[in-house]
Amino acid sequence: MSRPHLETHLRAKVASGGKLLVPYLMAGQSDDWLDTVQALAEAGADAIEIGLPFSDPIMDGPVIQQAAVVALERGTTPESALRELATLDLDIPLVVMTYYNLIFRAGHDRFAGRLAEVGVSGCILPDLSLEEMDDWGRAASAAGVDTVLLVAPSTSVERAQMICDRSRGFLYAVGRMGVTGERAEISHQVAEVVEKVKPLTTLPVCVGVGVSNPAQAAQVTGLADGAVVGSALVRRLLEGAGPEGAASFIASLRHAIDQRG
Amino acid sequence: MTAPTQSMGNPSSEGWFGDFGGRFVPEPLMPACLELEAAFTDAWADPAFHAEFESVLSSFGGRPTPVSECLRLSEELGIRLLLKREDLAHTGSHKINNVIGQALLTKRMGKTKMIAETGAGQHGVASATAAALLGLECTVYMGEVDTKRQALNVFRMELLGAKVHPVTSGSRTLKDAVNEAMRTWVAEVDDTHYCLGSVMGPHPFPWMVREFQSILGREARGQCEKILGDVPDYVVACVGGGSNAAGIFSGFANSRAQLIGVEALGGAAIASGIPGVLHGMMSQLLQDEAGQINEAHSISAGLDYPGIGPEHAHLAATGRATYATAGDDEVLDALQRLSRTEGIIPALEPAHALAWIINEAGRAIPTGSTVLLNMSGRGDKDVAQVREILQAKGLYQ
Ligand SMILES: Cc1ncc(COP(=O)(O)O)c(C=O)c1O
Repeated sequence: MSRPHLETHLRAKVASGGKLLVPYLMAGQSDDWLDTVQALAEAGADAIEIGLPFSDPIMDGPVIQQAAVVALERGTTPESALRELATLDLDIPLVVMTYYNLIFRAGHDRFAGRLAEVGVSGCILPDLSLEEMDDWGRAASAAGVDTVLLVAPSTSVERAQMICDRSRGFLYAVGRMGVTGERAEISHQVAEVVEKVKPLTTLPVCVGVGVSNPAQAAQVTGLADGAVVGSALVRRLLEGAGPEGAASFIASLRHAIDQRG
Repeated sequence: MTAPTQSMGNPSSEGWFGDFGGRFVPEPLMPACLELEAAFTDAWADPAFHAEFESVLSSFGGRPTPVSECLRLSEELGIRLLLKREDLAHTGSHKINNVIGQALLTKRMGKTKMIAETGAGQHGVASATAAALLGLECTVYMGEVDTKRQALNVFRMELLGAKVHPVTSGSRTLKDAVNEAMRTWVAEVDDTHYCLGSVMGPHPFPWMVREFQSILGREARGQCEKILGDVPDYVVACVGGGSNAAGIFSGFANSRAQLIGVEALGGAAIASGIPGVLHGMMSQLLQDEAGQINEAHSISAGLDYPGIGPEHAHLAATGRATYATAGDDEVLDALQRLSRTEGIIPALEPAHALAWIINEAGRAIPTGSTVLLNMSGRGDKDVAQVREILQAKGLYQ
């Protein structure tokens, strides 16, 4: 399992003039979710975010909530998801996205160690604030796992600087004030938040929350280094798109992004 | 038996009561939490804000509420039982204290809308009331299960001009209503204040809500000193999130009184919980091996919560307060017994605290003890449900 490391991989791609595409799916949301991960990698993803289902996902809208319900009903646990991920043969990095209680319950060192063992090199915990992340941050860096932090439209420049300094892997720019979900239009807040953080960091900046289709992905990567696409993909998977449908959707985003570049 | 005394002080600058509390919210909400903390700190240091808060609570909210002696039940139990009558406050529960404080703060922050979660509907009704009084827009998130259990409270909120948003995610009860209110807050934080209904959630809520509720504890302390010439031996309150308990405990924490919180047996975060993070706070939570939150189950919608306010987790850890449980059947008995002996129909929530007292009088509570029960709300909202249950059990035709 010599998957490339998250930050190294993404920085290299951006340095070579490329734009980043990071799809998200929920671990265990269907029987063939592992095949889907593989298919996304082949369709042009630069990294893949794997959601570990949590019972109370306060940063997620109805689509990802539904995926979590399905995954939990299928018996998915953090450990079962990680065990399955370990079996994948991928040449792009994986990032886990979940809520802090699952990590706190497992124990910081144990969880960080497990991520490293199964070849996950990044972690996003939206409800772990900058103020409360010290213990996890120590365990994650000791295990060589990047903790990706969020900056929001509401974040002040001073806070954004502190967040940029602590973030690893990439910087997750929340593209609008709201929870995950598809939106008809890209918010004007995307440009504002990207302009706010760009002078503060050399990390790749990826915009997530609300990026729903190829045109929007192209629009967002015109401003930032990359796009995270969650609900639009997860909805298709919930509707039964399967690995092939997922791959063709991600390929369409890839094409739109590269076309523009 | 002497209880350790310890006043309920302020949390640390990051909102910790010992090992519990903190601020575990997504970054989009952090600025709002920081803004709220600054606004509350400023308001609470302002005598004009206190004056307005107290004046609204007396001219509109019905404060101070009395302390009543339970003469007949006391005799039956062999103790001296007093009730702090929050059931007589406007809207029928202690929830009015908190919402008046937060609604005034909403206006002070220049916001025009409030959102709130509700379980039993009491906090929702209180929020809708405060919003109507102060001219704020109000939307209340309520689990779909609870909108059915408490249909009349849905109507009350709507009469008061609030929108009620049934929540269909998860267990469709209080915990999911909080999730949905938080999600909405993320999107609408610019002009919207989240009026949380208990001493839970991210800092500064647990501290702020306790401070707004401490008015009832201060009153009760003075009233007990007049009636008993002393503090009571026991101060007992039901605990959902823990706001009525925090309010009354805060008046007695620095005294010799024993503080007892009573949780619903199926939602006992202290007895059966494990430390974890939910709804922005580190506290004791009902959860499984992997850290998924378990649903609470109780006859009382107001106590159907898998967590507990962080300060209670701290009071339990230090031993300053003790937490017990009461089951549905003994709660129903307690409700009927108080109704018949004292002419007071309690809400199902404080009936939990009463059930514990009835069970323990002459046991954990020595005969002759003085006991203050926080009668956090009246039973009007529950009578239809109680009638149905009693009919189903064949105890009422
Ligand atoms: C009358 C009454 N008491 C108690 C509670 C529980 O809340 P808390 O523990 O915050 O006092 C409720 C909640 O709805 C209630 O309506």
